[in-house]
Amino acid sequence: MSQSALTISGVDKFYGPIDRGVHAVQNLTMEIDKGEIVALLGSSGCGKTSTLRMIAGFEEVSRGTISVAGRKVHTLPPVKRNVAMAFEGYSLYPPLTVRENMAFALKAAKLRKSDVDAKVASIAKLLEIEDILERYPSSISGGQQQRASLGRALIREADLHLLDEPMGQLEPQLRAVLRGRIKHFIKERGLTAILVTHDQTEANALADRIAVMEGGVLQQFDTPDMLKQRPANLFTGTFVGEPPMNVFEAYVGTAADKINLRLPDGLSLDYDKDAFSGSVRDELLKRQRVVIGIRPYAVRRSKDGVPATVSANQWLGDQTHIAADFAGGSLVLVEHDRTRLELGAPINISIDPKNLHVFDQSSGMAISHGMELA
Amino acid sequence: MEHTSLLERILRGAALTLVVIFFMFPIVWILMMSFQTNETILRIPPQLVFKPTLANYTALITGKLTTAAGTLDIAFMRNLWNSVFLSVTSVAVALLLGVPAAYAFARHKFRGSEDIAFTLLSFRFAPALLVLLPLTLYFQKLGLANTYIGLIWVYQLICLPLILWIVRGYFEDIPADIEYAYRIAGHSWFATFRKIALPLAGPGIAAAGLLAFIFAWNNFIFALVLASADKQPVTVGALAFITSSGIQYGQISAAIVLSITPTLALALYAQRYLVEGLSLGAVKG
Repeated sequence: MSQSALTISGVDKFYGPIDRGVHAVQNLTMEIDKGEIVALLGSSGCGKTSTLRMIAGFEEVSRGTISVAGRKVHTLPPVKRNVAMAFEGYSLYPPLTVRENMAFALKAAKLRKSDVDAKVASIAKLLEIEDILERYPSSISGGQQQRASLGRALIREADLHLLDEPMGQLEPQLRAVLRGRIKHFIKERGLTAILVTHDQTEANALADRIAVMEGGVLQQFDTPDMLKQRPANLFTGTFVGEPPMNVFEAYVGTAADKINLRLPDGLSLDYDKDAFSGSVRDELLKRQRVVIGIRPYAVRRSKDGVPATVSANQWLGDQTHIAADFAGGSLVLVEHDRTRLELGAPINISIDPKNLHVFDQSSGMAISHGMELA
Repeated sequence: MEHTSLLERILRGAALTLVVIFFMFPIVWILMMSFQTNETILRIPPQLVFKPTLANYTALITGKLTTAAGTLDIAFMRNLWNSVFLSVTSVAVALLLGVPAAYAFARHKFRGSEDIAFTLLSFRFAPALLVLLPLTLYFQKLGLANTYIGLIWVYQLICLPLILWIVRGYFEDIPADIEYAYRIAGHSWFATFRKIALPLAGPGIAAAGLLAFIFAWNNFIFALVLASADKQPVTVGALAFITSSGIQYGQISAAIVLSITPTLALALYAQRYLVEGLSLGAVKG
């Protein structure tokens, strides 16, 4: 795991003139180890696809360097980079059958025909497209085209496999099955893969590490667990997790042996000073204003909690999402049982300090997660 | 279509017949004239029944035009050959230059690319006569006047912009990712152009080539001014039928029939491509 499969250092991408055009990717630095699966996660226009295309060589790197398996590649044409890619728009060759499309990727590698056939057969089985191998791209569905395109990328032996929204068009059941198989396939062969997605479930399920991007800036690059438990800033905190994290601005105050987090509408979350670890308490007391974040799963209802009013109650079949008017905003909590609460019903909520994420009010950077400093 | 009533079908048939008669009449009339002598053609009122003669065609093919004033040499077959040679070569040169250029304009946005493309199109804005006088003087200086090379060069004013703009639209319609997929699988951009872009744009290239061929074939003014008798195409050669002893309508008609035959055959053969090509490539591009 020591050898780096991909090193991106200080990469900028401008569309238009440098320093004056649209700054799509800003000073991006990442290192990806051999055998890792990494997801680039973000909303549309966050720079994730631009990054992928720069690695593939379809977009010029405005500034910085990209190395694949120790070779600097950012000035090489795509053909010399030894990367494979599955395209979001499938991009199958219309005059070729699915089988030919997949085998075609191997042509440059000059394999024996029997080897090619065996490889196509195994990938087709993996992706459940054996029955459409002899069909042409125009006669199969979007989901099938997408799998064929994915197969065309996975069949190749390359230093890096780039997958752009590889499963966007698949049905949910199939997607869940294929995620597992593809992950197994990549791990078994020790391939290194980068996938671009806006679907967190997919990123969580497939990736060893997730790079969250927004506005062309890498927000956080960490394991799925760490992204959930220790979001580096307010953006990752609210972007990762479904339903999203509840956030409120709060004033930090002290009274007797209590720490009060004063919220709008005269509400206040009061904690014993001892409820926080020493270092977290010190950081909190240094500031006047903070932003607090609570995951919907961590919000509890309790008799002596802070009052809120139910504004929506949805039973999703396996969990209840309750939205409540709280402290001048809206708060979502999730319960695993079916909860009978009328609209407008008063509830009281409490939040365990262990589940409290605190962010700096101006920069949005994380200050603490539960008992630990960020 | 199955829900149309009988009346509707009859009316539709009648309308179609009218349109066909309207557009086909001149061609049919010319075809009939080509089998008649000047006397029967000029009869008043015109008659549909006549004794067909092949004299007009014989005159054209042998090159001996017999008029009231005597026998005249005409070079119609030579003109026809000139037309074929000039049009085919011009279109070939225009394809050779225009298709890669169209690809470049479609795929690579470089500084001034739009301006260059527009300049090429603007060749078709200028009235030919305006360009011809200076061009003639230059060509005489350069020794290009009355040469095939000179004519083919000037014909690029007709063919090149047409091919460039139609084919460009076609290339733009091909998703760039298909080409990227090919390139990342280990092929150079030139291989990608040859193996992916060219075949996918094939119908458009065929349509543009055909259209350029028709335009080149029908050109009159360039050849009239820049070529003398032995290099002239049929469009100019047909002037020879206006003789001192009158206009040879029969021979003119036969000449028209012979000269539209190649383009007509080509157009009929490639009709499907032409319609597809024009409606997809040019309009969208």
